[in-house]
Amino acid sequence: MDFILLIIAFRFLQTHSQTKELFPEWQGIFLKGLIAAGCFLAIQVIFDGTDILMRWVAHTLNIYVVYAAYNRNVFSPLKPYVYAFLPVVLVYIVQDFTELIATDFYTSWENWFETAELFAWIWLVAQFIINRKQRKALEFERIKAVQKEIEFKNSQRLKDALEVQVAERTAEITAQKEALEKTLHELKATQSQLIQSEKMASLGELTAGIAHEIQNPLNFVTNFSELNIELLGELKAELEKGDLDEIKQIVSDIAGNEEKIIHHGKRADAIVKGMLQHSRSSTGVKETTDINELADEYLRLSYHGLRAKDKSFNASMETDFDETIGLVDVISQEIGRVILNLVNNAFYAVSEKKKQMNNLEDSERSNNYKPTIWMKTRRIKEGIEIRVKDNGTGMPESVKDKIFQPFFTTKPTGLGTGLGLSLSYDIVKAHGGKITVASQIGEAAKGEESWTEFVIFIAD
Amino acid sequence: MIKILIVDDERDVELLFRQKFRKEVRSGLLELAFAFSGDEALKLLDSEHPPQVVYVFSDINMPGMTGLELLNKIKTQFPSICVSMISAYGDTENYKKAMESGAKEFFTKPIDFDSLRKEISRIISQE
Repeated sequence: MDFILLIIAFRFLQTHSQTKELFPEWQGIFLKGLIAAGCFLAIQVIFDGTDILMRWVAHTLNIYVVYAAYNRNVFSPLKPYVYAFLPVVLVYIVQDFTELIATDFYTSWENWFETAELFAWIWLVAQFIINRKQRKALEFERIKAVQKEIEFKNSQRLKDALEVQVAERTAEITAQKEALEKTLHELKATQSQLIQSEKMASLGELTAGIAHEIQNPLNFVTNFSELNIELLGELKAELEKGDLDEIKQIVSDIAGNEEKIIHHGKRADAIVKGMLQHSRSSTGVKETTDINELADEYLRLSYHGLRAKDKSFNASMETDFDETIGLVDVISQEIGRVILNLVNNAFYAVSEKKKQMNNLEDSERSNNYKPTIWMKTRRIKEGIEIRVKDNGTGMPESVKDKIFQPFFTTKPTGLGTGLGLSLSYDIVKAHGGKITVASQIGEAAKGEESWTEFVIFIAD
Repeated sequence: MIKILIVDDERDVELLFRQKFRKEVRSGLLELAFAFSGDEALKLLDSEHPPQVVYVFSDINMPGMTGLELLNKIKTQFPSICVSMISAYGDTENYKKAMESGAKEFFTKPIDFDSLRKEISRIISQE
């Protein structure tokens, strides 16, 4: 029976996963032990005479295996089973030993020994089953742990990969951020350049108007000066004659003319200063300004500018200035630019309308059309209002919605920067005010009216 | 006695002309009338039947009706009235248009009163 135990032990060791993995070289040895145990079993069964010797050989081997289970790593998987088959081994040894030294005692107590043998086997089987169960549970736990380990490794690998990805993305985003910052910087530079060039473009439009506006007062300065020279000659003659009334008349005329010379000199001066102010970058300083004068000045500049560019162009201007408006604190050159933009647009709208009317082939209607710009200032409760109205083409809603957007223009390419109204909007907003617009389109062929009115509101 | 009309949107022109032709006006040879827009000029001409004005000097560059438009209207409504242009822009385009529309003379600004006086003296002597 001992050999059966050995066969079981070797078979177990041979098939146990721990030995398979850790000690592959022992596989052969266990196989040989298995075969040897089988041989011994066969010898014991076949040759009856060898029975006792063989038994002791088996006892020795079993004891060694038990000993090895505790002292040799390779046998360690047997450890849990030692308790299981140790009683069987011990029962056999005690049985055989007693039989050897006291055969009589053994014979009389044989039943007891057989009972002990049976219990040892039951113990073995029970232990074996329990161990197997435990082992299976342990194995299950082990597999679970291995799986967890694998999962952990996988997640670790994923984490590492993610970290690399995150680092890459961070680098990408940083690079993008830097590129965007650079672009933003460039855009800001471009914006200020555009604002400047818009200013210059409107100055270009103004040049002819300015020339005309300077030419007129200069003509008066020339003419009144010439007149005064003549009058002085007459005065000399009258002095010799001694006609006192005439002398008084001439002197008062000369004085009046001198005032006119000064007036027109100052007018030219103001225009040059205004032009310089317009071309210069904004000082951003608010100054007390006569809004009526400012509005009138830019209305005239715009009118003469357009007239000089297009000689066929003409329009009536009707002004209605509120004399009680008083002085208002504004950045005058900027508000001037806003007025200029609105007036320029108004003139453009009426000249377009005029062209449309000429194409109608209804000469009566087209002759009756009077291109007109109305400029109106008003003091209202919370501030002031400047209204610029024209009876030009009018605007559809789709255009009205977009007119304050940068680069939006209805003018043909090259004629408008599309910045005028958007800059105007910003300027007025910076003054704590707003620009609003109302418009109507009527069918020209039916004689319906079209108009557009912009209202600049500036709070006090 | 002849009556002439000066049309210009610059009001100081009146002061200038009145002083320049003071002697002529005082001696009763000349009467000056002024209008500050084309519309105003036409109204003035229309208010007298028959028109007493024999000569119109008009600026070209005026808001509303331009001098050239006024010229055409006067030429159709009052063909007997002479019209001369006075413009700050002595460009050929304006000159050609004015002459084609029947303008008598074309003066440039600043007004050369010597040549203007010659023209006026010529009309006075024609009378």
